Amino acid sequence: MMHFEFDIEGGDFTRAGFASSQLKRALKQLVGNHKVTKRIVVALYEAEVNVVAHAYKGKVIADIDTERITILVTDEGPGIEDIELAMQSGYSTASEQVREMGFGAGMGLMNMKNNTDKLEINSEVGKGTDVKLVCYLK
Amino acid sequence: MKIKEIVNIIDGKVITGNCFQEQEISKGFASDLMSDVLTIDSEEIVLITGLANLQAIRTAEMSDIACIIFARNKKVTPEMIELAKENNMVIIECPSSVFKTAGELYKAGIQPLF
Repeated sequence: MMHFEFDIEGGDFTRAGFASSQLKRALKQLVGNHKVTKRIVVALYEAEVNVVAHAYKGKVIADIDTERITILVTDEGPGIEDIELAMQSGYSTASEQVREMGFGAGMGLMNMKNNTDKLEINSEVGKGTDVKLVCYLK
Repeated sequence: MKIKEIVNIIDGKVITGNCFQEQEISKGFASDLMSDVLTIDSEEIVLITGLANLQAIRTAEMSDIACIIFARNKKVTPEMIELAKENNMVIIECPSSVFKTAGELYKAGIQPLF
């Protein structure tokens, strides 16, 4: 059983992806070049970019055991008003700055869904958003 | 095709990763949208982009892409070089447009993903 925690600073694009990078290194040691490694780090990276793009601050809490990788990305931010709408491919509220970074095309949540076995999103407008990502090691 | 052959074809300049130029590349993908790059599930890929920022390197890291060409004469920053080094990547700068760079490589036998 491994446990990791990382802080994410809203607006700090130079650090976006740091947690994903650290997790990737750890997973390479733990499970080798398993397909699941790429899937979960791609999902986490998109989640990290979302926190940096939309929230004030956030946290990544990752737990790895022999069966699954469970990651909670929790943030303090504006929240998501309509999760179903946000899940639609192409829908985005990202700023021009986020688009200049190569994101903000309304693909992030879809990329998270496609790269995980379970994706749960809970959000409260004005408070923040919790995203749970699960991949099974099979 | 080896990365060093790619460098020749596009008249590129290797910024970092000189020692990894013997690696084989069979496919190419061109995009400035990193979310699109993150959907790639393939190996031996070269990424051609005009997006010269840290997120391009991060995206390649997550996607297991070992070679990036920055086209349209875009210049990489010291922070980008640092991160690329940490991940054993080959970074190439190229004066041509993304269209021309991709075209030259396609003509030389680099395959598209779809």
